[in-house]
Amino acid sequence: MFEDVNDLYQQVILDHCRHPRNFHEIPSCSVTAQGRNPVCGDQLKLFLTLKDDRILDAAFVGSGCCISKASASLLTENVKGKTRQEATALFDQVRGLITTGQDQGDVGKLAVFAGVHKYPARVKCAILAWHALLEALKGGSAPVTTENEAS
Amino acid sequence: MNKTFDWEACRRDFPILDQTIHGKPLVYLDNAATSQKPLSVIEALVHYYKRDNANVHRGIHELSNRSTVAFEGARARVARFIHAPHPDEIIFTRGTTESINLLAATWGATNLKPGDVILLTEMEHHSNLVPWQMIARRTGARLAFIPVTGDDGMLDLSRLEDYLTPQVKLLSMVHISNSLGTLNPVEELCARARKMGVTTLVDGAQSAGHLPVDVQALGCDFFAFSGHKICGPTGIGVLWGRQECLEGMPPYQGGGEMILTAGYDRTEYKPAPHRFEAGTPDISGPIGLHAAMDYLDAIGRDQIWKHDQELAHHAWDQLSKLKDIRLFGPAGNSPFRAGLVSFLLKDVHAHDIVTLADQAGVALRGGHHCTQPLMHKLGVESTARASFYFYNTRAEVDQFVDVIREIQRFFGR
Repeated sequence: MFEDVNDLYQQVILDHCRHPRNFHEIPSCSVTAQGRNPVCGDQLKLFLTLKDDRILDAAFVGSGCCISKASASLLTENVKGKTRQEATALFDQVRGLITTGQDQGDVGKLAVFAGVHKYPARVKCAILAWHALLEALKGGSAPVTTENEAS
Repeated sequence: MNKTFDWEACRRDFPILDQTIHGKPLVYLDNAATSQKPLSVIEALVHYYKRDNANVHRGIHELSNRSTVAFEGARARVARFIHAPHPDEIIFTRGTTESINLLAATWGATNLKPGDVILLTEMEHHSNLVPWQMIARRTGARLAFIPVTGDDGMLDLSRLEDYLTPQVKLLSMVHISNSLGTLNPVEELCARARKMGVTTLVDGAQSAGHLPVDVQALGCDFFAFSGHKICGPTGIGVLWGRQECLEGMPPYQGGGEMILTAGYDRTEYKPAPHRFEAGTPDISGPIGLHAAMDYLDAIGRDQIWKHDQELAHHAWDQLSKLKDIRLFGPAGNSPFRAGLVSFLLKDVHAHDIVTLADQAGVALRGGHHCTQPLMHKLGVESTARASFYFYNTRAEVDQFVDVIREIQRFFGR
C-alpha cells in the first residue's frame, strides 16, 4: 500500500527511528540547544561536548516522529569529530538537501533525506535537529523552532 | 446504518470529494478541522459576487439593498439555526476564536476583577483558553479548570461544587471536544452555573453543525461557532449572546457601522449586534453560511448526529480490535461519543500515521489539535484523529481502519 513512500521512509531512516543512536543526555556537555516544532508539540534537546573548536561528542533526547528522530540520530553520528566550521557547513548542505532534494555534495548517509522535500509538511520534522545544532554552536540557549522554515 | 436518508446521494453535492489523492480515492476524515462545501454554498457565493455585490447598510441603491437584505437575512437564519429568541442577539465574527476573543475583550474587561475566577475545563481548545489567560492577566482574575478523568475523556463532575465556587464569574466550556470527541453535558453545567449566578459560554465549534442546537434549552448565556466547520465558508463565525448580557457590554472595535452619532470628542454606539461589528463586514460569508444552514437543516441535524455517532461507533469498534493502539475519549457506544476518534499507535508517531494515510488517500490530522495542555495531562505530545461528517460512509471507515492496520505493518516490518 505504501510503495511510494519509500523515498521518505528509507531503510536507514526507519532503522534510526527505531534505534536512535546517541539517544541520551550528556550531563557534562559544553552546550545544549532545544528544538521545538509548534505544529505537533515535538521537542528535542541536543547536547554537544566541545574541545577547543572540535565536537567530541553529540547526543540528543526528546520526542518526535520517525523523520525528526532519525534526523537527530544521524546528526549526532555525523557531527562528531567535526569543527564548528565543518558542522556549520554540513548544516547548510543538509538544509539544502532537505528543502530542495538537490545534491549538495557528499553528505554520506544523510543523503537519505533527499526525498523529504516531496513531503512539504515533513520538511520541518527533518530539519528541526539541525536548527538546534546551529543554535548550540552559536552557544544560544533560547529554544529554536522551525516555524519560519520554508516548507 | 440509517435508512431514512440517502447519504451516498448527498456526496454528489460535494464536487471536491470526487477526486483521487496519490492515485487513491479521497477519503476525507478531517472534518473537525474544516468541512467540505456543497455546491449550493459555492453557488450562493458566486451568485452574490456576480449579481448582488455592494456594501451593506446605509446604501440607497438597489445592489446595496439586496446585499443588506441578504446579510440581515443570514442573521435571522442563524437565529433560527440555534433557536435564539432574536436576530439582534447574533453577532457575526471571523469564527469561534474571534467570538471568544470578543467576549473576553468586552464582557471580560468590564465584569472581571482581581480574585474572580474564570472556570474552564481541561479539554478546551486553545481558542477557549488563551483569550481568558490574556484577560485574566489584565484584570487580575484567575483561571480554574474542571478536570478530565483520563483517556476516557469525560469531565470529572464528582466534585463540581469544589470548582463552582462563589468566586466564579464565568464558566466557559466546549460542547464537543475536538481532540477527544466527548459530548459534554453542557445543559446540566449551565443549569448549575445559573443557580450560582455564573455567566456561561458554550464553544459550539464542533457541535453546531453536527447536532440540533437550541441555545435556550442549553441554558447558556453565550454560544460561539464557526461557519467553515458546518459547510459554510471560512472567515465567518457567530457569537450569540442573551440580550440582557449583550446590553451591558462595551463595543469590541471602533469604526464605521457601530455608531449612532459620532462627534470629535464622543460617540454614541449602536445597540447589539451592530455595536460589535465595526467596519465593512464579511458579507459573502453570512450569505454562504445561510446556504450551508439551509443545506444541513434540509437533511436534519438529528439525522446527521445519528450518522456521525454510527460512524464513530463503528470506527471505535474496528480500531479497538487492533493491538498496540490507544484510543481516547468515551467508548464507541457511549451516548457521549461524538463523530471523531483520536488514537495513537505504539511506537508510531501521529505525523507518521498521517503521512502514510495520506499516501493511501485518507486525510487525517495528527498533532496536539490546539489542546496542548490536555495532551500533556494525558502524557502524550500528539494524537492522530479521524473526524467524520454526514458525507462519510461506513465503507470509508473500513478503508481508514485497513490503512491503519497497514501502517502498523509498515512500521512493524
